[in-house]
Amino acid sequence: MPLGPEVKERYQRQLLLPEIGETGQSILSQKSVLIIGIGGLGSPAALYLAAAGIGCLGLVDGDRVELSNLHRQIIHFTPDVGKKKVLSAKEKINQLNPAVQVKVHPVDMQAARLTELTREYHFIIDATDSFSAKYMISDACVRSRTPFCHAGITGFSGQMFTYLPDRACGCFRCLFPQPPAAHILPDRVAGGVFGSVPGTLGTLQAAEAIKYLLSFGELLFNRLLVYDAKRMSFRFVVFGPSRRCPWRVFHGQTEGGRQAADDERH
Amino acid sequence: MQVTINGEKKEIPDRPTVRELLAFLEIEPETVVVERNREIFSTADFEAVRLQADDVIEILKFMGGG
Repeated sequence: MPLGPEVKERYQRQLLLPEIGETGQSILSQKSVLIIGIGGLGSPAALYLAAAGIGCLGLVDGDRVELSNLHRQIIHFTPDVGKKKVLSAKEKINQLNPAVQVKVHPVDMQAARLTELTREYHFIIDATDSFSAKYMISDACVRSRTPFCHAGITGFSGQMFTYLPDRACGCFRCLFPQPPAAHILPDRVAGGVFGSVPGTLGTLQAAEAIKYLLSFGELLFNRLLVYDAKRMSFRFVVFGPSRRCPWRVFHGQTEGGRQAADDERH
Repeated sequence: MQVTINGEKKEIPDRPTVRELLAFLEIEPETVVVERNREIFSTADFEAVRLQADDVIEILKFMGGG
């Protein structure tokens, strides 16, 4: 379908990119991304995906906005303190780009039927703040054969990678076989965070989602990006499917995987 | 002996276990996994795995924040 004049003007500078163009823009408007966690990582990821014209954004978060979130969770503003994060985020997304359909899931991820939910989206962004959630998302996406981008941060550092179900590709458990002992590293760490670190990684997660949805460029699979804001270093650690991963039989199946999984998505 | 740790060449005591290497580097073993020559090891393996000269080691921190 040809794009209308207002749409052409809104996305003018992105339509000029041959990797996107009018065809890509039209494809993006039919794609859906689920962002789990609307905090430091999820805020910029949601804003960039909305700005780029994703058709549908799903938002999962059970928390309300707190004053101490605002130094890094840039989708939430001071008057939002006390509001549900998914509703605060939905308002901003609607203002930024009314064409984006927003589905809110105001539940803790633990309560959501995650594997089923991931099947409803074309790409998943793990923007959560606990180890248990990160394992749960990786497991659910491996099971539902849904691509996802993982990120985690602490202090001045962060790391991320993308998982592709139709490639011989390592998952979160291939990299971190078991969660850390809770008495050493609690599931939800409440340590210091340099605000722009999740901002940087959440932005890169949005870039991965768009590249995946439009099938261009090189995705960050089987490579862990490790970012250190103090040293201003970006390093890549090569990894792959682990023969000890409980999901190893899922890593690298190709036969019709993506097509079959995509057919299930609306 | 010399190994590469997180992209940098480093002189370390001869043939340590992963646990000994982490103690030498003053890193809490429970907060990391260690990749040695592209194979991932976690805490349970740290005692058993012994490093050799020229190994390529990546020490990866658990990062749970978001």
